Amino acid sequence: MTDQKNNSNNIVKNIIRRDDVVILQIVGEIDMHSSTELRGELLEISQNPPAQTIINMSEVDFMDSSGVAVLIEALQLHRRNSSQLKLVGINQRVRSIFEISRLDTIFEIYDSEDEAISA
Amino acid sequence: MTEKTEQKPPIIEVRALTKSFGSQQVLTGINLDVYEGEIMVVMGGSGCGKSTLLRHLIGSIVPDKGSIKLFNREISTMSEPELNDVRKRFGILFQSGALINSMTVGDNVALPIREHTALDERTIEIMVKIKLELVNLREHADKMPAQLSGGMKKRAGLARAIALDPQILFYDEPSAGLDPVTSAEIDQLIIDLTRKLNVTSVVVTHEMDSAFTIADRMCMLDKGIILKVDTRREFELLRESSVEKLSNQRDQLIRQFLRGDAEGPLTRCKEKSNYEEDLLERV
Repeated sequence: MTDQKNNSNNIVKNIIRRDDVVILQIVGEIDMHSSTELRGELLEISQNPPAQTIINMSEVDFMDSSGVAVLIEALQLHRRNSSQLKLVGINQRVRSIFEISRLDTIFEIYDSEDEAISA
Repeated sequence: MTEKTEQKPPIIEVRALTKSFGSQQVLTGINLDVYEGEIMVVMGGSGCGKSTLLRHLIGSIVPDKGSIKLFNREISTMSEPELNDVRKRFGILFQSGALINSMTVGDNVALPIREHTALDERTIEIMVKIKLELVNLREHADKMPAQLSGGMKKRAGLARAIALDPQILFYDEPSAGLDPVTSAEIDQLIIDLTRKLNVTSVVVTHEMDSAFTIADRMCMLDKGIILKVDTRREFELLRESSVEKLSNQRDQLIRQFLRGDAEGPLTRCKEKSNYEEDLLERV
């Protein structure tokens, strides 16, 4: 069963529920304003966590340290619920913020949604 | 580094900046460009005007004449709210570290985030850990500033300066009051953070070892006038050249300062002063 919700907000483009997977497609820049919105969505997902949450970031141009912090909090909540949080389509600019924070190995990062789901 | 960065428009652009305090002119016709991603070291002796220049760049002093652009926006005519908006985009490491003594290190780092954003406390807590890890202080988050060494205070001040992910970092005498080893550690941290965070750094210092370690380009000030802006390599060549080969007094003066020599145009000025006449006049 697939349930797709088009989001009217700025940063969350789509939330797709597919069986026990939630795919969150985000766009634009994750900065100290927009990261609050991302956190809200991730907390909502974390309340009733699927087996896997995939965050597709292929349309994210920029992310600052507040974005990293929000993703870490979501990862904590998923791990606490024995569910998985995976990131997809990270460009070099965004990857470097993980590397700077020495957090590039803490997240599972994949090239495509399909690859992430089957991993 | 420098050739590449110079192709981009400057992130800081100072033109014909002039400032007097009372009858004393402290800056005269300053022109300076700083390019994205570079470390610009502003150096000069005590009272040369370098701290006054820094205070102009951070918008705490308004020039008498001239223009100061940050991120291509004129800051000298900005209102306080506009200026605060620009201030969120740069961080400052003050000479003293400027930590609030009644707050833990972690709370000091969190302070600008709490003040300038509406982020949740949980997000801020994680951000603070990330910032402190970058300066190797994460395990000291719960300590009070009084429990830190001089070098640790500087690092904590640096963690606070980068709290809001700034694009420019200003450093006011970062090595002041530190022993040589700690000073070298701070130099390395300035280089690492500039490269890792892809920020632009402006460092005001009179410590030549530090200047030559960290600079991509250097700016030499004396008596409120810029004597030279050039690459570190050019300043190194000037420092190593023999005084006989330097035809003009300006280069001789810069060389003396760079080498820390007691003899040269800087000290010759004092010899020429009218000490005897002055004494006799007053008798």
